[in-house]
Amino acid sequence: MEELDGEPTVTLIPGVNSKKKQMCFDWGPGEMLVCETSFNKKEKSETAPNCPFIYIIWKDVDVYSHILRKLFNESHGIFVGLQRIEEELTGKSRKAQLVRVSKNYRSVIRACMEEMHQFAIAAKDPASGRQFSSQVSILSAMELIWNLCEILFIEVAPAGPLLLHLLDWVRLHVCEVDSLSADVLGSENPSKHESFWNLPGNTQTLTELELKWQHWREECERHLQDGTFASSPRLESLCKIMLGDEAALLEQKELLSNWYHFLVTRLLYSHPTVKPIDLHFYAQSSLDMFLGGESSPEPLDNILMAAFEFDIHQVIKECSIALSNWWFVAHLTDLLDHCRLLQAHNLYFGSNMREFLLLEYASGLFAHHSLWQLGVDYFDYCPELGRVSLELHIERIPLNTERKALKVLRICEQRQMTEQVRSICKILAMKAVRNNRLGSALSWSIRAKDAAFATLVSDRFLRDYCERGCFSDLDLIDNLGPAMMLSDRLTFLGKYREFHRLYGEKRFGDAASLLLSLMTSQIAPRSFWMTLLTDALPLLEQKQVIFSAEQTYELMRCLEDLTSGKPERADPDAQRLQDDDIETTKVEMLRLALARNLARAIIREGSLEGS
Amino acid sequence: LGRTRAAQRGSPSCRRELCCDGDWHCTASWKTHSGSMWRVTWAHPEFGQVLASCSFDRTAAVWEEIVGESNDKLRGQSHWVKRTTLVDSRTSVTNVKFAPKHMGLMLATCSADGLVRIYEAPDVMNLSQWSLQHEISCKLSCSCISWNPSSSRAHSPMIAVGSDDSSPNAMAKVQIFEYNENTRKYAKAETLMTVTDPVHDIAFAPNLGRSFHILAIATKDVRIFTLKPVRKELTSSGGPTKFEIHIVAQFDNHNSQVWRVSWNITGTVLASSGDDGCCTGILKGNGSPVSGSSQQGNSNPSLGSTTLSLQNSLNGSSASRKHS
Repeated sequence: MEELDGEPTVTLIPGVNSKKKQMCFDWGPGEMLVCETSFNKKEKSETAPNCPFIYIIWKDVDVYSHILRKLFNESHGIFVGLQRIEEELTGKSRKAQLVRVSKNYRSVIRACMEEMHQFAIAAKDPASGRQFSSQVSILSAMELIWNLCEILFIEVAPAGPLLLHLLDWVRLHVCEVDSLSADVLGSENPSKHESFWNLPGNTQTLTELELKWQHWREECERHLQDGTFASSPRLESLCKIMLGDEAALLEQKELLSNWYHFLVTRLLYSHPTVKPIDLHFYAQSSLDMFLGGESSPEPLDNILMAAFEFDIHQVIKECSIALSNWWFVAHLTDLLDHCRLLQAHNLYFGSNMREFLLLEYASGLFAHHSLWQLGVDYFDYCPELGRVSLELHIERIPLNTERKALKVLRICEQRQMTEQVRSICKILAMKAVRNNRLGSALSWSIRAKDAAFATLVSDRFLRDYCERGCFSDLDLIDNLGPAMMLSDRLTFLGKYREFHRLYGEKRFGDAASLLLSLMTSQIAPRSFWMTLLTDALPLLEQKQVIFSAEQTYELMRCLEDLTSGKPERADPDAQRLQDDDIETTKVEMLRLALARNLARAIIREGSLEGS
Repeated sequence: LGRTRAAQRGSPSCRRELCCDGDWHCTASWKTHSGSMWRVTWAHPEFGQVLASCSFDRTAAVWEEIVGESNDKLRGQSHWVKRTTLVDSRTSVTNVKFAPKHMGLMLATCSADGLVRIYEAPDVMNLSQWSLQHEISCKLSCSCISWNPSSSRAHSPMIAVGSDDSSPNAMAKVQIFEYNENTRKYAKAETLMTVTDPVHDIAFAPNLGRSFHILAIATKDVRIFTLKPVRKELTSSGGPTKFEIHIVAQFDNHNSQVWRVSWNITGTVLASSGDDGCCTGILKGNGSPVSGSSQQGNSNPSLGSTTLSLQNSLNGSSASRKHS
C-alpha cells in the first residue's frame, strides 16, 4: 500500500538540546506533555537534565481559533443534515440536493474567509495581520478546490456545460483576486460568446453547437490570413487568442494568474466542448506550458491536477498532507461518499476512508472544552468505530463543573453507554466523598446505580449522625423515593430519617412501629442498634404508652440480643458494651425503661379490653 | 478528571504534581523515595486521586491526595499522603502500572530481580491495605510492564513484560503472561523470540473491539506486533491462550535506543522517544501480517498492508526557536 509520503515535519522544542538530552512524554486529552529527562539508570550521570520546563504540545491548534469555530459549528449543522436526509435522497432530485449541500459548505467557507479578511485588515500588529492573511489564503484555496470538486465530481457536468462551469469557477476565484488585470482578458471574450451559446433554454444539441463554433472559427482563421487585422497588432493578437493559439495566450502570461486560468481560457477558444475524460490531458499540458520548466508545481497545483484527472483518492490524500487539520478532507470525503463516489477503498484500519477521516476530525474536536459536543455527532455517524471511539474519548473529558458532567452523562445515557455512565458517576461520587460532600456523593452513586458505593456513603451519613447528632443533606435523603431500594443501607438511611420526621411531627405511634421494624427486619446494621434503642428511650418515657406490650417484648429481645455477646459471632459491639461504663449505664437505663413501659402497657391493654 | 493533571518524577527522588485549570501550576511537590524514582503512574479516577511510584530504593509506593478538612486552615487545599510502601523486592523496582479498572484496584511492579508482583487493594476506600496476589518469575531482569487494557470477556487478564537484561544467556526479551481462571494463576503464554535486544518500554494499544492485540516495543528500534488468539478448541484446554504473533512495523528513525513508547487514546498514534528526541507516528493499520518471514526495518517502513506515515517529529533545540 502506501509508503511514507514525505519527510515528517519537525517541531523543535526550545531549550532542549536534542543532541545531548532525552525527552519523556505523556499523552493528555488534547495535547502532549514533553520534558527533558535522562533515561540513564545509573545514579550519577553527566547527562543530567537541566531544562526545567515541561512543554505542552498541541496538535489541533485550529480548534482554538475563534473565527474557525463558526466554520466548525456551521459545517456540523450541514453534516448532520446531510446524514439525516440520506434516505430521502432519491431519483433526479438527488444530484440537485447534493449540489446544494456542497454549495452550503462553500458558502460557510466563504463567510469564514470574509470574517478572517476583516480581522486581517483590522489587525493591530503586522504579525497577526500576516497570520490572518495566510489563513484567508488557505481558506480561499480550500474553497477553490471544493468548488472544482463540486463541478467535476458532484455536478458531473457533461461536455458543453462543463466549460461554462469551469469559466464560472475561474471567474469567481481567479478573477476575484486579480480583478484589474483579468478584466482586460476575461471580460471581453465571454460576452462575445454568451450570445453565441444562447444557453438559457438552450435547445441546440452539442453537435449543432460544435458545427456553429467550427464555422465561426473558420471565419476567424480567414480574417487572420487575409490580414484584416494587420494594421493593429493588438487586434491580431486577440484574434490569434480567440483561435486558441497557445503561444499567443502565453504572451499574456502576466494577465493569467495561474495555469488553470490558462487552461480554461485555452479550452474556451480551442476546445469549448471538451469532455470530462479529456480534461486531464489539457490540464497537464497547460500546467507544463505555463510553468515552462522554470518552477515546479506547488501542493495546490497537484491537488487541482488530481481533480482534473478525476483521481478522488489522490485529491483527498494530497489535501490531507497539505492542510493542517482534518476539517476539509473529512467533510468533502463524506459528501463524495454520499454521492457514491468512493469505492470500498479499504484502509486497513478496519473502516473505510470516509470513516477514518471523520474519526480523526472528531478526535481533534475532543481536545476543545466545548467543541467536543460537535464531535459526538460525528462519531454517531461512523458505524464501525464511532461508538467505541466515543466511549474512549468521553471518559477523558475533564468534568470541571456539574453542568458539564450532566451534559456528558445525558449524552451517554441517550446512547445507552451504561458503562461510561457508571464510570463517570463513580468518578464524581468518589471525588465528592473525598471532599466530604456526602449528599453529592450519594446522588452520584444513585445515578450510577452503584449499590456498593451507595452503602458506603450511607454508612458515612450514619457515622456523621452519630458524631454530630444531626443529618446533613436532609433534602436529598427525604426525597430519595424509589432510589432508596438501591441498597439495604440506603434504605435504612431513608427509613431512619423518616423515623425522625415522624417523631418531629409527633406521630409517635408510627414512629415507634417504624423504629422497631428497622431492627426486626434486619435492615438496620447491628452496629446501629444501640443508637436505635437509645432513640426509643424518649418514646418509652412519654406520659402515654406508645409501645405495646408485644412491641416492648421485641425491644427487650433486641437489647438482649445485642448485649448477650454470643461467642461464635464475637460481636465487637457486645464486647464494647461490656467494657464501656457509659454503655453499661445506657443498657441499664434501657432495661429500666423497657420494664416500666412493659408494666404500663400490660395494664393499659388489660383495661381497655373490648373498647 | 475535573482538571487535567500530570505527575512528574523529578531528580533524584522528588515528585511534582501539576494541575491545569487553563494554566498549569504546580500544586504539590514532595520528596518520595530514598533513591531515584523511575516511574510514576496514575490510577483510574474511579479510585480517586491515586498515584503509584517505583524506585531504585527497591520499593514501590501508593499515594493518595487528601483534601483539607473544611474546618481547618487547610480548607480546600490538597496534599499527598503515602498510603503504603511495597517492600517485597530485593532489587530496584523498575516499573509500576495499575491494572485496567475493570480488574479492580490492582497494580503490578517489576524488578531487576526478574520478578513481577501483582498487588490488590480489596477495599478501594482503604489504600493502606494491599495484598500480594501473584509473583511471576521472568528469569530475566525486568525493565517494563504493560497491562492489556481490553475489558472484553473473551480476553483474560494479560500482562507483557520486557527485559533489558544484557547477560549473554538472556535471549528473548519480551514475555506475555496470562491469567488462568482455573488455576487462578498467571502463566506464560508467549515469548517474542525475535526481540533479542534490551527492551526499555512496552505498551499494549487500546483495544477498540478487536479480537487481537497490538503491542509496541521500545528497544533498539520501535517495533509493533500483533497477537491473534488462536481459537481455544484447537489448543489443549485449560492452558494459556496460544497466539499467532506477527511483526507489523519496525522503525529505526531514532537511530538510537528507543526509551519510551506510548499510545494515544484511540490507539491511532504511537509516540516514541529516543536519544534524538520524540516522535509521533500515525498508524493506519489493522495489523494484517505480511506474507513471508521477519521484516527488516529501514527508514522506509512500508510493510504490506500497514501504512505508517510519520507526521511529526519533536526534537529538542538549543536555539531559541518558537515551536509551531
